[in-house]
Amino acid sequence: MIQNLGRKNGSGSLNQSAEKMKLKQLEGLLGGLQQFPQPKVELEQYPTGPHIASRMLFTAENSFGDVSDKVVADFGCGCGTLGVAAALLSAAHVLSIDIDPESLEIASVNAEELELDMDFIQSNVLDLGWRGPIVDTVIMNPPFGTRKKGADLDFLSVALKVASEAVYSLHKTSTRDHVKRTALRDFNASSAEVICELRFDVPKMYKFHKKKEVDIAVDLWRFVPASHPSSST
Amino acid sequence: MRLLTHNMLSSNIKGVVNGFPLRIEAEKVVEKTVEMNGDFLKKMFEKVDWKAFVDASRAMGYNELPEEADPSMLDSDEFLNNFHHALLELHLEEGALVCPETGRRFPVTKGIPNMLLHEDEV
Repeated sequence: MIQNLGRKNGSGSLNQSAEKMKLKQLEGLLGGLQQFPQPKVELEQYPTGPHIASRMLFTAENSFGDVSDKVVADFGCGCGTLGVAAALLSAAHVLSIDIDPESLEIASVNAEELELDMDFIQSNVLDLGWRGPIVDTVIMNPPFGTRKKGADLDFLSVALKVASEAVYSLHKTSTRDHVKRTALRDFNASSAEVICELRFDVPKMYKFHKKKEVDIAVDLWRFVPASHPSSST
Repeated sequence: MRLLTHNMLSSNIKGVVNGFPLRIEAEKVVEKTVEMNGDFLKKMFEKVDWKAFVDASRAMGYNELPEEADPSMLDSDEFLNNFHHALLELHLEEGALVCPETGRRFPVTKGIPNMLLHEDEV
């Protein structure tokens, strides 16, 4: 009943390398991941590109220490890019959640190809039940809410309840003031800071896209949930 | 699915008061070796619900964890190894998670629990 699928550790292993992974190296590895073959418009499935994903996790790790040796959850993981990036940067445990079984299938293949141990759950992020403050950091590229209004803030509301240390998320730059106000006032975040503004290349994937490629300005946010002891900093 | 994940999940069906812990039905369990991280284990020891964790490990066919544990045990290498193994190296590959109040089964396939709720459960 019990099978042993021993993993290579040490020399050939990517996630346990003694040397810190470089940004370019991380971006390169993420660039090799499989993406949605048939994106579902109702779920707003836009892939998180390697450029954005690598910068998001690299910053979380190197500027804030929110990834290595932490429990990290990826909300709405799609094909798994952000969670894979966290695992590559030595997160102790990565839990990636998505409602779509086909995305999870691809995400788990992506993890396997890089020999990363990650957990996946099929669930609506908004419906999942949680016990205890085990998750340190939530990372997410939520649906921007262009199809279902406010979807990104619904995700943020849950993330700020589940994470005990930090939430990293992407939101459209055009909604910056609204995001900040909602996070601080309605979701009790103790801080909400835009780390940088990025360009999100959305290739023409859906019929309603008129242009070949749409360039959206998005903010990379770092939120600190209310109960965190060093929340005043 | 690792037991660490199991320890943070609860059944969220409408009307359920205490959905934790989900009972484990194990049909297939796999082991994947990972490097041990003592500091991480010590941090997790404070956060894990021990009784649920021990029951879950037994449901997975692993019987090396003591019924009760206190922080002084973290000084023992043997305890640390067993804790590490049960928390991070055992994976529920096929089986189910069962809501403790309603008995509703959430199937686990290829290591992925399907926690999707039906319309009348939300």
